[in-house]
Amino acid sequence: MFRASYLARKAGQLAITLFAVVTFNFVLFRVLPGDPLQLIARSGHLPPEALARLRALFGLDRSLPVQYWYYLRNLAHGQFGFSFTYRRPVSSILAERMTNTIILLGAATIFIVLLGVGLGVFAAARRGSRADSETVVTALIFWSLPTFWTGMILVFLLGVWLHAFPISGITTPGAAYSSWWDQTTDVVSHIFLPTVTLALVDIGQFILITRSSLVDVLTEDFILTAKAKGLSRRNVVWRHGVRNALLPVITASALYISLVVGGAIQVETVFSWPGMGRLIYDAVLRRDYPILEACFLIFAVTVILANLASDLLYQVLDPRVREA
Amino acid sequence: MSLLEIQDLGIRYATVGGGVQAVDGVDLSVEAGEVVGLAGESACGKTTVALAIPRLLPDNASITAGAIRFDDVDLLAVPEREMQRVRWGRVAMVFQGAMNALNPVQTVGAQIVEPIRLHERGTSAAQAKERVGELLEQVGIPAERAREFPHEFSGGMRQRVMIAMALACRPQLVIADEPATALDVMTQAQILNLLRDLRARLGLAMILISHDLSVIAETCDRVAIMYAGKIVEHGPAATLFGTRAGGGEPAHPYTQALVGAFPNIHRERTFVAGIPGYPPDLASPPTGCRFHDRCPVRIERCRTESPALRPAGGESHEAACHLVGEPSS
Amino acid sequence: MAIAQIPLEDRPGARAALRRNWNLVWADPLGRVGVVLLAAIAVIAVFGPMLFPFNPQAVGRTAADILRPPSAHHWLGTDELGRDVFRATLSGSRISLLVGLLATAISILVGAVTGLVAGYYPGWPDSVLMRITDFFLVMPTLPLVIALAALFGQSLGIIVLVIGLTGWPSTARIVRSQVLSLRERQFVVRIRSLGATDLRIVGSHILPNVLPLIFANTVLVIAGSILSEATLAFLGLGDPVHVSWGTMLHFAFVSGATGRGAWWYFLPPGFGIVLVVLGFTLFGHTLDRILNPRLRGRG
Repeated sequence: MFRASYLARKAGQLAITLFAVVTFNFVLFRVLPGDPLQLIARSGHLPPEALARLRALFGLDRSLPVQYWYYLRNLAHGQFGFSFTYRRPVSSILAERMTNTIILLGAATIFIVLLGVGLGVFAAARRGSRADSETVVTALIFWSLPTFWTGMILVFLLGVWLHAFPISGITTPGAAYSSWWDQTTDVVSHIFLPTVTLALVDIGQFILITRSSLVDVLTEDFILTAKAKGLSRRNVVWRHGVRNALLPVITASALYISLVVGGAIQVETVFSWPGMGRLIYDAVLRRDYPILEACFLIFAVTVILANLASDLLYQVLDPRVREA
Repeated sequence: MSLLEIQDLGIRYATVGGGVQAVDGVDLSVEAGEVVGLAGESACGKTTVALAIPRLLPDNASITAGAIRFDDVDLLAVPEREMQRVRWGRVAMVFQGAMNALNPVQTVGAQIVEPIRLHERGTSAAQAKERVGELLEQVGIPAERAREFPHEFSGGMRQRVMIAMALACRPQLVIADEPATALDVMTQAQILNLLRDLRARLGLAMILISHDLSVIAETCDRVAIMYAGKIVEHGPAATLFGTRAGGGEPAHPYTQALVGAFPNIHRERTFVAGIPGYPPDLASPPTGCRFHDRCPVRIERCRTESPALRPAGGESHEAACHLVGEPSS
Repeated sequence: MAIAQIPLEDRPGARAALRRNWNLVWADPLGRVGVVLLAAIAVIAVFGPMLFPFNPQAVGRTAADILRPPSAHHWLGTDELGRDVFRATLSGSRISLLVGLLATAISILVGAVTGLVAGYYPGWPDSVLMRITDFFLVMPTLPLVIALAALFGQSLGIIVLVIGLTGWPSTARIVRSQVLSLRERQFVVRIRSLGATDLRIVGSHILPNVLPLIFANTVLVIAGSILSEATLAFLGLGDPVHVSWGTMLHFAFVSGATGRGAWWYFLPPGFGIVLVVLGFTLFGHTLDRILNPRLRGRG
């Protein structure tokens, strides 16, 4: 499907970018603030023996290049450091949290993409009509909402006032399930509000981009050709229009990943959803730098990989761009 | 009975500043197997007339008058569902392939298969593929290239693809809108040869639209000249582009000026005369004959009275000019 | 000297163009709403705290004063310390807007200069600058902003810097592509061959044609900066001394106002944010449509 040379080039670019991010992370968290262990020592979270061991592990008594080398080596072994507040290796905390965030982001993204693209197509096919302007205005309004505030409102309206949904956590505390179905229902009821919050705010982007892209495509000559062939309007719009209009949407979805990561942090905070976002929030409150550093790295790498995926997907879908 | 008969067609575009009557009182007929040329300057209305036949006009256009009778059925009165069957199956179009008229993300073969599977239900995938191969070979493209994408073809080859695609459902009428424009002269010649060849072999009826008179002269049996939304002259190609001694010559001053504007390799080196001035603004058309302010032989009557089409010598040759004969009733 | 007299083919008079664009914005219903919102917010931010000053020390005296619903005495009720929410909201408007505007100024400055240099000097300056820009584009914004604020402190200045230094890549890209296309246009090539200095070319010929685009982009960046500040403050990284709307929401959240249903506390600051951001978004969206010829007339 892809030429070997293209894949090789992409892999090379990926390696360079990852390397740059890792180095950036190192500079940001280790070099700039000075000796991190001093902060810990001051905060009194860890006993002196532990401090000494940490010092050795991270080579903090050595020169900077050596520290860098230790850092890279530790990363390669999945060693992200030691949390001040949880008294555990960061990697063990990450494992559980990552799954929860992925569940949340996955549910929201499916919703956002399907509904966002759908509404965008709906508006573009009816350009100039009232339905179109109403859709655009709605998208713009939702785009202007702060994610965390939307969450607070939903908590208040649907959780507290109407008591329709639980407002925190991933499952009801202390619940015992009689079946797998019961457990799923419990999780679904907990995931509903956070998903809706995320979706509401980030859907505007998709609607607007899909709409403007399709509006552009529908003015192209080949659309007239398609109509001239006797295709129904629906087929013209979907088979010829949308198929072409999705290309810029895929490019824009790279930006979406960055947005939705930010949204997840806010939503998990408001809804106490035990994922990486909430982890960051708690870590910020307590200045638990190893966790912050690890989370930042994970998020950055995720966004980079998502960008790569969207690049590759674009290559597959647009024959003009393929490295022929 | 003619294959296609356009009667008194009027088309109006709604624009921000008001409306524009882009086509006014146009009559045109095409017999089976005949090639009719529709010529004129840019924005004279010829493409609008062409798009009106398969009802592909944009949303802001409306038919203000007239009928388009195809095989004795008024296409303007037919429901949309029915029209979708007429499109391509009976009336096909060839657009300028050099432009973006082909879907960039579909293979050429898939785009040709699409109307086949649509109009001839029951065609199997294998049969359709075979037919695509035949069509491509017919226009001089190797069948294997069906799985390539439009951007992998040159402008001339894309035009051939468009022609092959137009013939896919064996239409009775092909409307070619500027099929050879935006191509270099040699490719142009190849495309025109191809069209002539296909017409001879398949007995197609064609409407050929162009602003390039040499293209029209080479390929068409009969020609209609449009100016500012009206037909100002029509007749056999030999007459309109011929000489008096040779059996006929153009009668309308506009046609005469157009023909004179094209250098003729056989005649002496005369100065190529352009036509001074610009076509009128159709948002507020001039009174009387629409050509009068650019006409070298106008008389007083031309300013106030719009001339109807009248016999101009030679068979089925008419011109809309006060200086030509008397109006036909 | 003769060079300076050559008229810019694309500048029919900056003032006339300004008036024309303004009319176009006002004619568009969305644009009009945006402008009205912005004007209203400006009036509120300037005169609100003057007329109804907020005293952070005016805390409630008894437990009963905390989180009280709206009343004649406190139009929007009280917060978790018994202070007047109405006045707090008015005062918060200034901080939110100030941070948003200052941070945007930094973003636009850095972004525009980067874009100008990269677009005007192709070759290695372009490559290097664009690699850096792409790198920052790929960084997820909120985690980066959180990391920087957590590491470097919570003063207003740091917040402004942090938001400013993460918002420039989009401007850089837009400016660069515009400069690139302008650079190859006839009039620039002509003037270059006549020997005009780079500074003059960029200053008198390229910059005026890029400014409208930068302006439209600025408006949208302001919207983003205000949202960024609000989010940062909500997560606990705002300046605790200068209370912005985001900070108010932070305190509302951690004091359990949502759980207790104290809607008067968390609705007003949130609405403030939404209306300001919406105002800039509508204005910017309309400007974009006007200035981008491809989008004009396409709704």
